[in-house]
Amino acid sequence: MSEGEPAQRVSLLAIYKVFFSIGVMSFGGGLVPWMQREIVTLRGWMKDTDFLPGVALAQILPGVNSTNLAVFIGQKLRGLAGASVALAGMLTGPFLIMLAATASYQVFINYKPLQVAMTGVAAAAIGMILRTGVSAVKVSLDSIVSIAVMLATFIAIGILKWPLIQVVAVMVPLSVAAAWPRNAAPVKKDYGNA
Amino acid sequence: MREQQSGGEVILALMAILAPLSIASIGGAMGIYAPLQHETVTVQKWITPQEFLDLFAVARFLPGPSSIIGAMIGMKVAGLMGAFAAMLALYIPSSALCYAMARVWNEGQGKSWNTALKRGLTPIAAGLIMAGVLALFQLSGGKWLTGAVLLGAAAVLTWKSKMHPFPILIGGAVIFEAAWLAGLMD
Repeated sequence: MSEGEPAQRVSLLAIYKVFFSIGVMSFGGGLVPWMQREIVTLRGWMKDTDFLPGVALAQILPGVNSTNLAVFIGQKLRGLAGASVALAGMLTGPFLIMLAATASYQVFINYKPLQVAMTGVAAAAIGMILRTGVSAVKVSLDSIVSIAVMLATFIAIGILKWPLIQVVAVMVPLSVAAAWPRNAAPVKKDYGNA
Repeated sequence: MREQQSGGEVILALMAILAPLSIASIGGAMGIYAPLQHETVTVQKWITPQEFLDLFAVARFLPGPSSIIGAMIGMKVAGLMGAFAAMLALYIPSSALCYAMARVWNEGQGKSWNTALKRGLTPIAAGLIMAGVLALFQLSGGKWLTGAVLLGAAAVLTWKSKMHPFPILIGGAVIFEAAWLAGLMD
């Protein structure tokens, strides 16, 4: 077992089951926090130092963040089969629920108490994402440069609403270049560096 | 639905609309709604503007990615096959690209470029996630109750990181319901 690899070979069935449950439970959004909880916190299949850069990669690449992240995690665990199973698992439940909802939504769409309840669920789900954000902020507080990169990214995209592509096109090279020389120094946090 | 299109033609047309959107949606699903509405409502006239808005409202609340609205439209215009074809068109192109990148990425585990990338991307992830929280809050209307519930949920989850989030989600629903019954919401 090399450092940074999952401690055990995870079965495809286990991957499917976890991602199926993530897909079914993610009412109100918040798929990324569900993945962090199930994959990193509960099962230890991945570390935050691998998971969080994956979140950035999933967001920067074309496509939906959550499906991209599922593919990224599945690939790391079991290659092509793992990525396929993770993606299929995460979409199975939402697909079936979507079929039922499309057939029946006219019955409940104007039912105010349900709208109110689901708005509350969505608000709590944003809180789940904030919790993931806080964990990412904590890991990023390890140097002046990474704090600056974090703040600049947040301000440019969150407050100034600048387009994501242009912002990451500037921030990624800067941030990665700044991270490079530190490799020579003793590694403080475990980034899976040999 | 336009009369001259057969079921198969509708499915192919829908896939031709969704597959490019699969690749075009960088940084979240928000970017796909306007072109999706334009193509399916204005150009193809498969669904009415009101139907699109209703599906949008429903998709937001369903589990899974909210871009699944593309598959809801697929089901409306071409049944189960339409929905399934829409899922493939929505998620396979972007997933294939992501798989290729993830493979290169994960095979570089332990190499210095990979370590630098991971370190470099972590603060960017932090900034992006926090920006996403702000955007979702503003999108929800930015009401004080939403802010209070989301801060409370984050605080409880930080305190008890292994707890199941379901009670938190249900708590959000109960608090909103109570505020609504108490006349605190407009």
